[in-house]
Amino acid sequence: MDAVLKMVAQRLALGLLTLFVVSLIIFASVEMLPGDVAEEILGQSATPETVAALRRDLGLDRPAHIRYFEWLGDMAQGDFGRSLANKREITELLGTRLWNTLFLAGYAAVIAVPLSLALGILAALYRNSLYDRLVNSATLTSISFPEFFVAYIMIAIFAVSWRWFPAIVNVTAETPLDERLYKAFLPAIVLTMVITAHMMRMTRAAIINLMASPYIEMARLKGLTRRRIILHHALPNALAPIINVIALNLAYLVVGVVVVEVVFVYPGLGQLIIDSVTKRDIPVVQACSLIFALTYILLNLLADILSILSNPRLLHPR
Amino acid sequence: MTTSDDLARLVGMGRIGRRDLIKGAAAVGAMGAVERVLGRPAGAAMPKKGGHFKMGIGHGSTTDSLSPVTWENGYTLLLCFAFANYLTEIDSSGKLVGELAESWDASPDAKVWTFKLRKGVEFHNGKTMTAQDVIDSINSLHRGEDSKSPAKPLLSAVTGIKADGDNVVFTLEKGSADFPYLMSDYHMPILPSNGDGTVMADAGIGTGGYKVKHFEPGVRAELERNPNYWKEGKAHFDSAELLSIIDVAARTNALTTGEIHAMDRCDLKTVHLLKRDRNVVVTEVTGTRHYTFPMDTRAAPFDNNDVRLALKYAIDRDEIVQKILRGYGKVGNDTPIAPATSFYAELEQRTYDPDKAKFHLKKAGAEGLTVDLSAADAAFPGAVDAAVLYKEHAAKAGITINVIREPNDGYWSNVWMKKPWSACYWGGRPTADWMFSTAYEAGVAWNDTFWDHKKFNQILVEARVELDEAKRAAMYREMQTIVRDEGGVVVPMFANYVGAHSTALANEGTVAGNWDSDGSKIVERWWFA
Repeated sequence: MDAVLKMVAQRLALGLLTLFVVSLIIFASVEMLPGDVAEEILGQSATPETVAALRRDLGLDRPAHIRYFEWLGDMAQGDFGRSLANKREITELLGTRLWNTLFLAGYAAVIAVPLSLALGILAALYRNSLYDRLVNSATLTSISFPEFFVAYIMIAIFAVSWRWFPAIVNVTAETPLDERLYKAFLPAIVLTMVITAHMMRMTRAAIINLMASPYIEMARLKGLTRRRIILHHALPNALAPIINVIALNLAYLVVGVVVVEVVFVYPGLGQLIIDSVTKRDIPVVQACSLIFALTYILLNLLADILSILSNPRLLHPR
Repeated sequence: MTTSDDLARLVGMGRIGRRDLIKGAAAVGAMGAVERVLGRPAGAAMPKKGGHFKMGIGHGSTTDSLSPVTWENGYTLLLCFAFANYLTEIDSSGKLVGELAESWDASPDAKVWTFKLRKGVEFHNGKTMTAQDVIDSINSLHRGEDSKSPAKPLLSAVTGIKADGDNVVFTLEKGSADFPYLMSDYHMPILPSNGDGTVMADAGIGTGGYKVKHFEPGVRAELERNPNYWKEGKAHFDSAELLSIIDVAARTNALTTGEIHAMDRCDLKTVHLLKRDRNVVVTEVTGTRHYTFPMDTRAAPFDNNDVRLALKYAIDRDEIVQKILRGYGKVGNDTPIAPATSFYAELEQRTYDPDKAKFHLKKAGAEGLTVDLSAADAAFPGAVDAAVLYKEHAAKAGITINVIREPNDGYWSNVWMKKPWSACYWGGRPTADWMFSTAYEAGVAWNDTFWDHKKFNQILVEARVELDEAKRAAMYREMQTIVRDEGGVVVPMFANYVGAHSTALANEGTVAGNWDSDGSKIVERWWFA
């Protein structure tokens, strides 16, 4: 168990370093984009005078490295700062949106993970059967279409023609859970369709791979049923790769849902980061990127820990 | 019987279709007829109070705020007209009327303007509006060294603002006959003063028909009716919700499935399909918004007026309106003054004429002209396509246009007014003087053609202090002729405002053409039938 704790500590330290590098890269790339927040806010109506006044006001007339280290200093003390564009506290700006994105990601995960595990196990169980082929082609088809296309098709069928679900997800912080679940159903299904294939096929492949091992052959010779072999003998050993794929897809659910959010007008982080990049609102872009980076780091860490726990050889290394 | 009544009757008899009606009405300037026929019959329903109105807007950003100096998009425009009032207002027929100012007077030289304030108007926080609020709202946000306001250039001629009882007196350095129009600019709402010369700029507290209950930038604003609203016969909805729905397909779906009651900026490619929906009404208004190709008149070869004329003759405006606007617009005539603008003069329409273009090229000694045209869709939707069409048209006149596709990012800071020839759009201004002194007077910040025409500048200044309407009309006619024939701008088209709403909504019968969604005052002006 000590080994696990040591690894977690190591990973977290490395994670901090990654976050620092990410913030540096993001800052530099936003700086390199043409125009700054003053010009973008004023747009066509900018005059040199008003741009200068706005820059003075926002402190943009100072060199980039000074602004970066100032931001880093505040960040180290847990102060995310304020948006340059509308001077709102970034924590306040992120609050509901982060929650919304996590809610949608969680919603999709709750549907997608059990579904793809079940589909994958069954596909391994009835390998090369009609069912196997059907599931494979269906999930591969849904992953092959861009998600906005899937989203529009779903809207056309379930919102416009049949009127079962709303076409846009109009939720506020006060929306009760059941209504929220109902309104966010279509985007959650779209996201499920996008990530299921990956997880399902990894489950199937990992199990099938193990089916050729001698110990499975032994189990078969003992006369165990296929179901018991797969669930009790193959699956525990196949967990490590499956967990990794699930972690990767969950991270995608948090950071990659921009398009789905736009199509369903869902107030999540995606729209926030797009707006902030367009307006060169560096502190907000930084905050969003750090959250995204942190999501990846933590989910990968979790996946590694779970793989180690699921594998006695890794848990008790000699 | 008037022309518009004729049109309405013909549609009733099935003689002309809806599209023809719009075209015909636009031609005779009778858009009222369109609204009457395609929208609700004007007199059919008296305004009814009540209901929760939901609107989908194709704008809005997380970076929006309630502070007037940051307002720049269609979302903030709708929001500001819902919660705040201005000294003056453009009504739905395009006329200037008093809002918080009951009336106004000018000195004979148009240098001193006295606005008589309406009495007994209350802000949402219960404070009574006084002259001090007006003075602080204008001074603290839009004047002075540190002002970041886009309205700052409008007030550059103002030397002082003082209170005189219930009146507010503006003193100008130079006369300006249209000064009351400027006070309707959406950046200059009247906000409650803090008493120390500043105003509550971020509070969202105004004197308007709706209180801001909740505002989440880039997502939604929730509004509730101000029970003490002073304006009679306005603000009919009990509450309203303004949703930012950037994606036009999502906006359209939301309207057809009843999630929202109205939307702005229909997708011109699919609007004919939307029109088939029986529960949806599409409205179209020709306003002041125009798309332009400004040339830097200081730079060769655009410093030669014959080259400019050649380029103006080398564009097929009809095709551009058909292909880029899909017919939802009106051909331009190389002046920025639209029929909806004050002092619009009906000049002879310039048409596509490669021979005349060749003639002017020869006169300029510039045969085989090659020029670069910078465009990006940030300038206006379809700008790059319009530039490519222009290239094809100009080729027939022996002009080679190199279309340079510029990035949307930073277009306004790096391309517009930096490259010698680029694409641009203007929302338009309600008066000819405002438009000209924003972008055509020598030396002003947004003179994107860097044009300096002595006679034009002279008449512009004279017309500004002329209070005789007939004389002014003649002057503006001359100025429009000068811009058309000697200016540096190609104005191929005026783009219509195309919006859609549910049949559950009703309006006053005329829809304003100064902005999207009935002058962006749909929340205050419309009601549930």
